[in-house]
Amino acid sequence: MDLFGQYVINGLMLGTIYALVAVGFTLFFGVLDVIKFSHGDVLMVGAFTGFTAAAGAAALGLSHPALQLAATVVFALAGTALLGAVIAKWLILPLKNAPRLNILLATLMLGTALRESVRLFYPDGSNPKAFPALLPTSAWQFGQFTLRVDSTILVVTGILVIVGLHLLINRTRLGLAIRAVAQDEETARTMGINYTLIVLVTFALGSGIAAVAGVMDGLYYNEINFGMGLLLGLIGFSAAIIGGLGNLYGAILGGFLFAALQMIGAVALPFASAYKDVFAFAVVIALMAWKPTGLIPERASDRV
Amino acid sequence: MLDRISPFAVAVLAALVGVVFAIVFMEQESDVAVISMVAAAAVAAWFAGRIGVPERVARAAEINPGGVSAIAAIGGLAIIAAYAEDHFPLLMLATVMLYATVALGLNIQFGYAGLVNFAGAAFFGIGAYTSAKLVGSGVPAVLSLPLGGLFAALIGLLLVFPVVRTRGHYAAVVTIAFSVLFKTFLEVNDTFGGPQGLPVGAMNLFGWDFGESPTLFGIEASFYLNYALAAFVILALAFTLVRRLERSWLGLALDAVRLDETGAACYGIGIRRAKIFAFVLGNVIIGVAGALYGCMQGYVAPTSFTFSDSLIFVAIVLLGGMGSPWGMILAAAIVVVLPEKLQAIQEYRFLLFSIVVIAILLFRPSGLLPRRVRRYFPEGGR
Repeated sequence: MDLFGQYVINGLMLGTIYALVAVGFTLFFGVLDVIKFSHGDVLMVGAFTGFTAAAGAAALGLSHPALQLAATVVFALAGTALLGAVIAKWLILPLKNAPRLNILLATLMLGTALRESVRLFYPDGSNPKAFPALLPTSAWQFGQFTLRVDSTILVVTGILVIVGLHLLINRTRLGLAIRAVAQDEETARTMGINYTLIVLVTFALGSGIAAVAGVMDGLYYNEINFGMGLLLGLIGFSAAIIGGLGNLYGAILGGFLFAALQMIGAVALPFASAYKDVFAFAVVIALMAWKPTGLIPERASDRV
Repeated sequence: MLDRISPFAVAVLAALVGVVFAIVFMEQESDVAVISMVAAAAVAAWFAGRIGVPERVARAAEINPGGVSAIAAIGGLAIIAAYAEDHFPLLMLATVMLYATVALGLNIQFGYAGLVNFAGAAFFGIGAYTSAKLVGSGVPAVLSLPLGGLFAALIGLLLVFPVVRTRGHYAAVVTIAFSVLFKTFLEVNDTFGGPQGLPVGAMNLFGWDFGESPTLFGIEASFYLNYALAAFVILALAFTLVRRLERSWLGLALDAVRLDETGAACYGIGIRRAKIFAFVLGNVIIGVAGALYGCMQGYVAPTSFTFSDSLIFVAIVLLGGMGSPWGMILAAAIVVVLPEKLQAIQEYRFLLFSIVVIAILLFRPSGLLPRRVRRYFPEGGR
């Protein structure tokens, strides 16, 4: 029973991270109808920015973990938000009318460029970095079942971020503007919405959320490396797709579903747990065959 | 300026310049020489474009397709012959030709039918692992190549249903997922050697042992010459097939499916059938190339068939110009040879490579040699 509990917590943790990544994909797709594939690597840049900020705070004599954590989150958020806006401004908006495949490839290549830049130019960037344990390491004991405080904080933070994003999109003027741009660019413009600004803000927002996921990943595994974004990006993309692109709830559903599949693949199935990714991605392929436009379809497709 | 020369003569001249350039370029060792030759080639290509060389070559190819293909084939063989004794250049040439073959297969999928395939390296790997398993268990090599293609197509059939039903980004996720799945599967599966991979025996084609150095005209050539020639034959076959396909009613149907599914369906084109045909045929070509690649490397490991490698194949297709077979060969040559030649920047080659691809997508989105509108009846034909 305790083992089962650990897997559930682990799955929730991974699901939150995946959902945060997937939400970014779906936001970008909403406003611009593009897939920004460098998202996973932006997440990695966020994790490294946070790591640098924590080290910097420690060097400046801020020894309290809470202060270091604050520095980590603030710098990671700000850095990736800026990076996201820059990517949108200089790469994605100019390519807006290009064929979809070109945008996909351009952003994939940008991801490679970010990854390689960190590997080559970050001090000792080709080796994994030990992410500082900034959260309390104590644990609550419920009989057989151990609940670690840091995992709890991470899951709760992730869920709060998702709820906050939901409120932002649905309850604020900014969210209204984002939804308007997502629905119809031209009409939104005629209503006096600054289209470019909203696109940039959306990209900054999505990238900032990815940075949260990156820092969470670093805190959870106590390790970051330059290649961490590739698989996380692929999983986030798959999660956004199986949920249905352009739909916030679809992305969240997809993220938790993917984590659940990995957990099922690791424990509940007869083959070795090393096959958990094989299993999860195989189910993704099967899901696409069953629901070609995701579990929560975005719009009706024409049929002949 | 070129008006007084016949288009065919222009094509011959262009091929001659290209072959001489390729041979001299492969000789260069120093980075300065490599970079200045690349710069010279870029200027020459720009100048050739200004005075209308590509139009004339294309015209020559329209008027006399057999002749132009023959020139290209002779040119390719001349480059191989120039390096018949050297291992490394031959390996590089054979890799270029196999990558170009893969790009031709992918070209059928996304250039013609509009099907996105981000699992090119996976199907390439299926071919390679097939030959690793078969050559090891004594199956004649002559069978291992077509069987590599067959297995790539069969395993690809698992994806046919989702690929045909989905579109755009939803289709991309299917092949991306397969690409990741394939590599992870190889890494954890013991039958396929796990992360260390498998050794592949030398090919033997009707008593022609590929592992032995052939002696031609009294010169002992490198044993890679065998593979280079085999790769050349495979590339030539794939190229001919793709050109024939493009000119046929099938190619026209595939184009219609890509450009407007609804419209194509209204004109009675079976969309599903067209897509399945393109997907399977493309995978067969990729698998055959992979089978030969496995034999040539003598070794297969999961790290050669990752998602990043699939991206390199996709980049070749976009770089060359979707739907343009000549573009595939040019782009494959650039993508394979350039990083190898620039040894000093070896560390930075992926970074530079990604920046170059982004620049091309931003400034020349239709590729280096964009596809031309097909013309069945050349003006003033032969």
